[in-house]
Amino acid sequence: MAIKQITVFLENRAGRLLEITQLLAYNKIDLRALNIAETTDYGLLRIIVDDSEKALAVLKESGAIATTTDVLAVAVPNIPGGLNTLLQVLANANVDVSYMYSIFGHADENAYMILQLADADEVAGILKNKGIVVADAQKLGIN
Amino acid sequence: MEKYYQQEMECASREEMVALQNERLVAQVKHVWDNVPYYRKKMEDKGLTPDDIKGIEDLHKLPFLTKDDLRDAYPYGLLAKPLADCVRIQSTSGTTGKRVVAFYTQHDVDLWEDCCARALVAAGGTNEDVCQVSYGYGLFTGGPGMNGGSHKVGCLTLPMSSGNTDRQLQFMTDLGATIICCTPSYAEYLAESIHERGLRDQIKLKAGIFGAEAWSEEMRHDIEEKLGIKAFDIYGLTETSGPGVAFECSEQTGMHINEDHFIAEIIDPETLEVLPEGSQGELVFTSITKEAFPLLRYRTKDITVLSREKCSCGRTLVKMHKPMGRSDDMLIVKGVNVFPSQIEAVLLENGYPANYQIIVDRVNHSDTIEVLVEMTPEIFSDSLGSITEKEKNLVAALKAMLGIYAKVRLVEPKSIARSEGKAVRVIDKRKI
Repeated sequence: MAIKQITVFLENRAGRLLEITQLLAYNKIDLRALNIAETTDYGLLRIIVDDSEKALAVLKESGAIATTTDVLAVAVPNIPGGLNTLLQVLANANVDVSYMYSIFGHADENAYMILQLADADEVAGILKNKGIVVADAQKLGIN
Repeated sequence: MEKYYQQEMECASREEMVALQNERLVAQVKHVWDNVPYYRKKMEDKGLTPDDIKGIEDLHKLPFLTKDDLRDAYPYGLLAKPLADCVRIQSTSGTTGKRVVAFYTQHDVDLWEDCCARALVAAGGTNEDVCQVSYGYGLFTGGPGMNGGSHKVGCLTLPMSSGNTDRQLQFMTDLGATIICCTPSYAEYLAESIHERGLRDQIKLKAGIFGAEAWSEEMRHDIEEKLGIKAFDIYGLTETSGPGVAFECSEQTGMHINEDHFIAEIIDPETLEVLPEGSQGELVFTSITKEAFPLLRYRTKDITVLSREKCSCGRTLVKMHKPMGRSDDMLIVKGVNVFPSQIEAVLLENGYPANYQIIVDRVNHSDTIEVLVEMTPEIFSDSLGSITEKEKNLVAALKAMLGIYAKVRLVEPKSIARSEGKAVRVIDKRKI
């Protein structure tokens, strides 16, 4: 159930993110989600794209440092308390989440949370047992 | 059982060595006074005549010689023998300016090769060995020096010169080379190639003699492990002859200086005062047996420490520590001496690449030092925590080495400016 996220090392300087988005645009790679974790000197750009293999290849070819990580995309109903329900399930199951971020505006009634976890498959099972939808790659338009 | 090439010199008592040095120094000073107008003028400028130099206790009176002198006197200005008596020149690469050429009589070549032979024997070399010399041959001293030393020991000598790794490995395996002489970086490259090609079982190497470049203890362990050999350091410079000025023994705790040919001093590079034994400072050499190209008090710019502690190998020759840096690279930050080479060693120890830049600045009347390091795929991960943890460890290791806080900044690969292929290591923004 896990999907591939790409993490790119970004030096903090004007225009660096633009260089990455230009590269992706030029190679016709579509962004599904994007998040940046920053420090004073650099940031980690985390992206989910429609073709992660191709994206990783063009990023590396451009000289960027990039790596892939497995993450879960979990559906969260677009209603008050939607995220709360998910977090309650995770807390009850004693699951530690390394980090998370959201995707809105997908073509159904749900928002999606991207979760990075030590054991994505195990957590996917726990969530499904509680009736929470874990989106597969196809659902998110990922090849 | 330790073996020596010239035991009477390598294991001489201190009294015997001093007596020999006194006699040779007096003769050498007279030789340059009589034959080299450039030296005579330098001595006259200090009000000296050869009579003022009665032994090594008078050495400090002599003027220093620097690379600038060698360039001023290029090409023949320091030659102390008629050209008819000279048989060889060797030359520096000239990367830091004008070339320096050094001249040799046949006697000079002989003594130089003896020095290299001492290094080979100290590394366990005998006439049963097959010695692969993979230093460059030509103007560079590495190849010719070790080649000559290998002949003197009676090794079967493979004069490979540098490069062409396929051929190097083929000769190494087919002929069963037991000793390899090359630069440490090439040794590392060969070791990796052997590993990649799965040739480890087919090589018979037992020792390597690596010099002409700075290298760290980590590199030594790495090479020793990958090749299954003992790796020995060797020191020398074209100006003084080439490799073999100092060499490492089985104890691997510094290099024995061939004191019967070279007198070593340690000076403060700022005040030029001679420092007491055990002090860190700039290494200065006086050659006392050279005929064609004698150097008196030549400033090497290498920063090191001398030690007369008893060595388990039985040699009594003074030992020099692997150079810790160059006096012309030395930075003074917050009153502390900082050498880029120290920072490089810490980076390598902590798994970072040697692509770095040091930025020194002064903020609010206080010096700051920042080390830019290029990010690598090995250090990078999706976890910010893991990257910052490694960064913190690096900062702590730098603090332990330098004694002052240095900020670390991780930058993108290939973002550190390189000029002519060499990275610009230090940017000093202080306006003092």
